[in-house]
Amino acid sequence: MKQVEILVVGGGPAGLCAAINAAQAGAKVLVLERNEDLGGQLIKQTHMFFGSEKQHASVRGIDIASILFNKIYELGNIEIYKNATVLAIYDDGIVSAEINGRYMKIKPERIIVSTGASEKTLAFPNNDLPGIYGAGAVQTLMNVHGVKPGDNVLMVGAGNIGLIVSYQLMQAGVNVKAILDAAPEIGGYLVHASKVRRMGVPIYTGYTVKEAYGKDYLEKATIVKLNDKWEPIEGTEKDFDVDVLCISVGLSPLGELLWQAGCEMRYVGQLGGFVPVRTENLETTVEGIFVAGDVCGVEEATSAMVEGYLAGLTAADSLGYEIKDFEERKQDYLEQLQSLRSGHVGDKIRAGLDQVTIKSEAAVV
Amino acid sequence: MSDNNIICRCSDLTKEDIRRLIEEGYTTFDEIKRVSRAGMGPCQGRTCMPLILREISIITGKPISEIMPGTYRPPVKAITLGQIAEACTEGGNEHD
Repeated sequence: MKQVEILVVGGGPAGLCAAINAAQAGAKVLVLERNEDLGGQLIKQTHMFFGSEKQHASVRGIDIASILFNKIYELGNIEIYKNATVLAIYDDGIVSAEINGRYMKIKPERIIVSTGASEKTLAFPNNDLPGIYGAGAVQTLMNVHGVKPGDNVLMVGAGNIGLIVSYQLMQAGVNVKAILDAAPEIGGYLVHASKVRRMGVPIYTGYTVKEAYGKDYLEKATIVKLNDKWEPIEGTEKDFDVDVLCISVGLSPLGELLWQAGCEMRYVGQLGGFVPVRTENLETTVEGIFVAGDVCGVEEATSAMVEGYLAGLTAADSLGYEIKDFEERKQDYLEQLQSLRSGHVGDKIRAGLDQVTIKSEAAVV
Repeated sequence: MSDNNIICRCSDLTKEDIRRLIEEGYTTFDEIKRVSRAGMGPCQGRTCMPLILREISIITGKPISEIMPGTYRPPVKAITLGQIAEACTEGGNEHD
């Protein structure tokens, strides 16, 4: 059985930052990444990020990934396995994984779960036709493999992912016919929405997919307006001749390992579904299991990275590593998170976090 | 056409199949899983579970926040007995 000090499950933005901080503090870290590439969603992001300078604002996601990779290779005490899926976290703290096709057991002293989230999908007639993709698949095809997913796209979902992927599709020379969203308002940032609108793409809010049509692959899709009870209004249908339907209707946190480990989970709609109850230090109700990123609440990559840094720091601290300026650094991360979640855009996230964050005793007093 | 409204891709179950089961009284994800195999394929419920919970909520009127997801058991993805056996016989991995 392999012994490690800190096991990081998932090498996306949160996991990489967690590994960096834990290793800098002196801990021996093992990162297990399911895919053949590290970086999670970062490597598909060709757009520049928001946030402040500390969080690499104005740098493209894919370049942020390179910055993180370089830091990791500079640190000697991070071991990384790719094509490595964690299969289970058992009651006794033993973790099992499949690493390059081989089964392995690991005994970590601390675990940081940064597994991210999976895409939600929709039920409508003929939703299994080729040409109907999740937005993640479209980004993988286009931005990782350089494959055009089709010629004419209908984008379902006007959140940030739907808007950004629409823009990326247009940059790749694909025709985006329209964007729709069942919600009465555009969910993503207006700066993204304005950009695609200026390029001539209509955004239909309050609409959903009624049906898809096609023989061997998608040829047409019909959308329909919803009333305030989310029921379709007859006679409001619109048809689009498209060969791609891109579904971007939100993400569900991938908390299955946390459920297995016995962490207390709570349903918080604002955070995407069931998420772990945790302390300010991002430790779950199971001692020694920490969380960071979308698995503990769907936000975006910038806050996932800050959470990763925080969890890496607090997990290393809990192992007894002497960390210079621990309190100052921790406060800095907490303040960065607070600022990323400030304002109107962060209302939902803050309301969600209030339901699952255990306040420290000092804060209560 | 409505027969092709797929909820569970792994076991090829449609919205009508799921609705019928809920109306027959299978109103939790685990019950639906046991009678239909929904959630037992390669996706392990990652795709179908949110859709099934939503259908349960629509039909029973219970808010989605009160409907428990299915039980999560190891392993999260399929692994062959051969792989486990190989790890045991290779040594270094105690048989515990």
